[in-house]
Parts: sequence; structure tokens; C-alpha cells
Amino acid sequence: MVAGNADIIRLNGAEKHFGAVRALGGVDFHVGPGECVGLVGHNGAGKSTLMHMVAGTLMPDSGQIGVHGGIEDNYSVSRAQQLGIRCVFQELSLCPNLSVAENTRINHASLRGFGWRRKAAELIAAKLDEIFPGHSISAGDIVGDLSIGRRQMVEVARAFTVTQDRLDLVILDEPTSSLDAHTAGQLLAFVRRFVAGGKSCILISHVLGEVLRNADRIVVMRDGKVVVADAAGAFDRDRLVTAMGGAEARQKIAAEVAAAKPGASPLRVRARPAGQKDGTDLVACAGEVIGLAGLAGHGQTDLLLAIFGAASRTKAGIEVTAPVALVAGDRQSDGIFPQWSIAQNIGIRSLARLRTGLLISPQSEAELAAFWQKKIGIRTPDMNNNILSLSGGNQQKALFARALGSDAGIVLMDDPMRGVDIGTKLEVYELVREEARRGRTFLWYTTETEELDNCDHIYVFKNGRIVANLRRDELTEEKIIQSSFGDAA
Amino acid sequence: MTAASLDTTAKTSAERGALARARLLRGLLPALSLALVLLAIAWLNPRAISYFGFSLMLNLAIPIALATIAQMFVIAGNELDLSIGTFVGFVGCVTATWLKDAPLVGVVILLGSIGVYALLGALIHLRNLPSIVVTLGMSFVWQGLAILVLPKPGGKAPDWLLAFMAFKPPFVPFPIIAALLIGLIVHFGLMRTSYGVILRGSGGNPAALGRAGWSLLKTKIVLFALAGLFGVLSGMALIGITTSADANIGNGYTLLAIAGVILGGGEFVGGRVSPIGAVIGALTLALAASPLLTFMHIPPDWQVAANGAILIIVLAARVLISRRER
Repeated sequence: MVAGNADIIRLNGAEKHFGAVRALGGVDFHVGPGECVGLVGHNGAGKSTLMHMVAGTLMPDSGQIGVHGGIEDNYSVSRAQQLGIRCVFQELSLCPNLSVAENTRINHASLRGFGWRRKAAELIAAKLDEIFPGHSISAGDIVGDLSIGRRQMVEVARAFTVTQDRLDLVILDEPTSSLDAHTAGQLLAFVRRFVAGGKSCILISHVLGEVLRNADRIVVMRDGKVVVADAAGAFDRDRLVTAMGGAEARQKIAAEVAAAKPGASPLRVRARPAGQKDGTDLVACAGEVIGLAGLAGHGQTDLLLAIFGAASRTKAGIEVTAPVALVAGDRQSDGIFPQWSIAQNIGIRSLARLRTGLLISPQSEAELAAFWQKKIGIRTPDMNNNILSLSGGNQQKALFARALGSDAGIVLMDDPMRGVDIGTKLEVYELVREEARRGRTFLWYTTETEELDNCDHIYVFKNGRIVANLRRDELTEEKIIQSSFGDAA
Repeated sequence: MTAASLDTTAKTSAERGALARARLLRGLLPALSLALVLLAIAWLNPRAISYFGFSLMLNLAIPIALATIAQMFVIAGNELDLSIGTFVGFVGCVTATWLKDAPLVGVVILLGSIGVYALLGALIHLRNLPSIVVTLGMSFVWQGLAILVLPKPGGKAPDWLLAFMAFKPPFVPFPIIAALLIGLIVHFGLMRTSYGVILRGSGGNPAALGRAGWSLLKTKIVLFALAGLFGVLSGMALIGITTSADANIGNGYTLLAIAGVILGGGEFVGGRVSPIGAVIGALTLALAASPLLTFMHIPPDWQVAANGAILIIVLAARVLISRRER
């Protein structure tokens, strides 16, 4: 018993090993009432392990967990729920075969007996209305039919619903990774209201601006340890990045982009979105990085898929002059082959080159994989391991290796950096610039405005149409938001 | 800004309308295929569409429907039961012998066999074994036990069971009432109750369920015990109709039950099942299996193949509709 301890949760000297790997090495961490704690660090820094302990899904090998001032010896998920601690995990944890209301029921053992369906529906609908006004999700919708962004909205709203158990602390692990700027803003505004009401939040995000603007206190983790913890006001972007151990490469990239002005290069893609009424085309030449911006789900992915389809079958309004590869955004459902090894996942786009006679040569497959492991820095002891043994960021690297290792002259990227840590991002940005200098063309749909800094030319989408067409030097966040929200052109 | 959000609302409601229509179409597909088979029968032999005709044609539909429901519980938890057919046969043999001669022993044996099913669920969950392997092994165990109980065809159903299965309600044939009742009761239990949600969730996203504090061991045990319960009911209903048993009597039910679940709109993984659809699927199979083909003058040698062809056509239609849904 720690006397006079008003913290909602306190971990003292928490340690965790997975086999020979030390995930956490003696971490002290606490959250007080009425504060929003930002938690940042690279993938693999131990954030998720720490949060699993707070949520009760993992027990520390040594160290103490105290909740509301009392020491918990048999801490578990259900105990955490009773004590008012909830977690929104990074991987979506909804049942796709159930409705929104039924998914709410799963988290509330007390929603039972006569009339539980109506109660569950009212509970989740009220919370969705409160957090995301104008959300257009109905409690009867089957979750599998919702877009990934809406699923994330449901998941977040569900974590804030209250029945009989108390609610003091919600852990939000990358809550905005699938939301567009508008809904992300709604969520963060709600988090501020929630905290102002005396409750607490832990906010984990790779979008550093989000953490800086919304957290009261920021904890930086590196290699399984807390390296800095301080009031949010004491940090700025540079200090955060330095503390995390990532080099600040942003200015360098911007300078490089400005320097490498593409001359007259051959046309690679000319495409017009299906709904485009004026004559605007998306034009991409060899060696260019083209950004597709705007709110999520406004036709960017559709256009990328149309271009992908046009590469193999002629399509009206789309001209493609080189082989195409696609880096999927929803890597779990569209990207990886979960049963296959890392090497097989990389080689699948290049089978024609890896063949000897009728069979795939395991040797050339391994060579290709080894080359890209080195080049792109996939962190694994063995490329023959199953792809699921990699962390999320490294899985995404493998998907980049699949596209970049192929013969494709055009690489389509469908918001591939969702939930990837900043270190990995900077490495991939560098790689994209390098490949573009060698003449490859990139079409890059992203929901993170910072990423557009890497592009030579940006098209802003709204309702399936191009509404703005900006050069790199014309790009500002205001301009994008203005065109995304402006009246339909 | 307002214009933008209004715009997206309009767009998504149109999208949702299309989705809802596609889902309705998929939900109606089992009923449509049943209607199609009925129309074909009515066209080939109008006299079959009568109280007596239905009682005769759907005679065996009740045990098939019960076995299909048993299989559906297992499929709802992302598993597959390859032993349900021989289990139905074993129950039939016990029903025709012990349950008539020594009812108490018979009841204990049948309850015990449900317990075995529950234990299988626990074993599959705890040891993380593939259910196909475990239930394939169990199918030989049940078959062997059935032969031990009843080495050669014979035995007799208990009188009360015979009387029950021969029940003739006014206006609507008994098999139709029974099918309706089975479908509605299971629909309520699995689709409407709060624990039914947990059972289906265990097939949809087991990890999420575990994180929310539910026991996956318990859901698996409950699902398998329910499969055992409906397997027992199926075996008893079967013997109530055939009046005597044979150790091989239920062997064909394994595949019929799987086909019935899929025909009824269920999917092998993901916890997507429909009890009413499963019952309709079982009825369709029961009708298409022999009455339709007999009326079409298809020789018995070709009936099994023709049956397979009907299955392929209906399932292909389902795939086409689900594809349009995307």
C-alpha cells in the first residue's frame, strides 16, 4: 500500500522478457487523474508491451502494478475493466461478423437479459454521436461492411461507453491511424473534453504533432526503457525526435526535393478519375513522386486501383506506359500472405524473374530477399521466418521490398505508412527519393500531410474528383484543408 | 464544410442501400433455392404438393435439419465436425436398443455422449488441435461403438418416440412445423440472446473476445455440447421415423449437414452462420436428394451425381451474389 497515492495506475520497475529478447527493462510509469499522457517511441521500443501490462493482457516478469493506490497481485483484463481501465488496441479488435451493437455487448458483461439489444444500440449510438457528430454509422450495421476508418471510430467509441463498471483511464494506441484529418480532429477534441472532466488518457501516436498538441505530459521510450518524461510544453518536435533517437531528416528531404527538379522526362501515367467532369488529368512522368491528398475515402484508392487495372487491360481515360506495382494500405487484408515466409512474400511480385524452368528457384528467391533485407533494413534473424513474426513496421517494409524489387516502373502506394513508426518512415522516404532519382514513378496516396513534403506534385481529391493541383512549392496544409472541405468544384 | 458532410452522408446512405440490398438477396438465397426446388416438384408432379405429399417427402428432413444445426454450432466456432454422421448412427443404435429396453441406462449413455462432445471441444481448444483430425478420429470411434451396440440391423424405437414422430397436426404437415420450430428456437438462442453474441463472436475474432475477458474454452465447450445435443436429437428423430436402426444409418449425414449449413448462408470461417438458413438448406437438400430426382425420372445410379450438381449450382449462385456485394 502506497499511502496518499492518487495515481490511477503506477508501474514500478516493470520488466518483461520474451525468450532472449528484453522487451521492457525496469520501467517506472504512472498516470494521474485528469491528465493525458503522450507515449512515443519507435516500433519495438516497448510501448505496446507496457500498454498490455496496463490493460492487464500481459503480466510483468518482475515489478509492481498499483491501481488507485492499492497493489494488484492478480492483475488481469477483467480486473482492469472493474478498476476502470480500458484499451483500444492497435490491431482492430472488433468481430467483423457482428453488428456494431453486438460488438458493444462483448465489452459489457452487464448488457444482458430482456431488451439488451436496444440498450446496447442506444449506448453505442449516443457515444458515437458525442465523439463523431455526423458519423453516419448505424448500430445495426455489420462491422465487416464498414470501412476501416469507420471501424476504428466504432472501436474508439466503444472504449468510452460506460455501464456498471467505472471508467477512469482509456489507452488509445494509434487511434487516428485510419481516420482522416476531420474525424481525427473530432476524436482529439473529445479526448481533451474527457480529460477536462477529470478522467485520464494515454495517447500513443506516431504523428508527433498530435501528441505535442494534445498531451499534458509526454513519456519517450527507447529500447525498453523510459528515456525522458516531461511536461508537454517542455518538448518541441526536434527534442522529441532526438529523444526517440531518430535523426531529423525532414529539412534534408525538402532540400533534396527542391534540388532535383525533373527535366522533360517521358510520360508514365495519365489518368482521369471516373467522376471527373472537367478535363483535369492526373499526370505523372518518369522520376516523379506524385501525392494524392484529401480526406480519406474520397476516390484516391479507387483511382490507384483503376491505374493498377489499366496496366494489364486497356481502360478508357487511363494511359499507363510501364509495369505497375501496388503497395497496399490495409496490409493485413490486402498486403501480406500470412501463411508465407518473409522471402516468399517479397518474391511473389517477381516470380517470372525467379524461375528456373517451370519451378521457382529457392536460391534466387533467397538472394532477392537477402538483398532487400539489407537495403531496406528488415529486422529479422531469418528471412524464412513467417511474415507474421515481424512487427507491423517491418511487415510494411517487406511489402515495399516486394514492389521495389520488381520490374515495375510505376509504384502505387495506398497510404502505406499507417501506424508505422517515424524511424521506419524516414528510411522509406529516403528509399522512395532514391528510387525516384533512378527514374521510377511513385503515386502516393497519404492521409498524413507531412508525407506530402516528399512529393513533387500534389493532387487533392474530393468526392472522387481532383479539386486542386498543387506544385511542391505551392503546398501548405491550409491549402489542402481548404480544397478538401471547400464547396464541390 | 456543412456541404461536405452532407455530401458524404448522401453518398454513404446510397452505398449502404446497395449493401443492404445485396445482403438481403444473400439472406433470401436459401429461401429462393428452396422455392425453386418446390416449383420444380410442383411442375413435375402437382399431386406431391399436398398435406400427404409433404409429410412423405419431408419425412427425413427433421433429422437432417437437426444434424445440420449441430454442424452449424461447430462451424460457428470456426471448426468442422466430421463425426456428426456416425454420431447420429451411434445415437440411433442406442435409441433402438438401450433407450427402449432400459430407458435409464439409455438416457445416461446419451447424456454421456453429449459430455464427450463437450470434452472434445475442450481438448481441441486446450491442445490447439485441428478439429478435422480430432472429429475424423472420433467418427471411427462412434462407428465402432454403434456396431458394438447393434452388430446387425434391427432393434426397435421406443413407443413414445414412434408416437411423437407420427404426430399428425391439422392442416400443416408435422415436418414443416418441426422445421419452423427448430429454426426459430435456435435463431432466438444464437442470434438474439446476449450469450449467443459471445458464441458467434468466438468465431468472428477470438482474440478480441479473450481480451474482453471472455473464456474461449467455455465458448468452445458450449458450442460442441450444443452440437452433441442436436446430434442426439437428430439420431432419436431418425429412429422415430425409421422405427429400427442400423450402425451405418447416419453415415451420409456428415456431408449433408456441412452442405446444409453452407447452402443456408453460413461460411466455414468467421462465425457467419444462420440457423433459419441452415434449416432451409437442410429442407432443400432433403427435397432435392430424392423426391425431385425421382420425379425427374433420373435413374437411382445417377441421383448422387445429380444431387452434387444441384449443390454446385446453388453454391455458385451464392458466390456470385457475395461478389456483387463487394
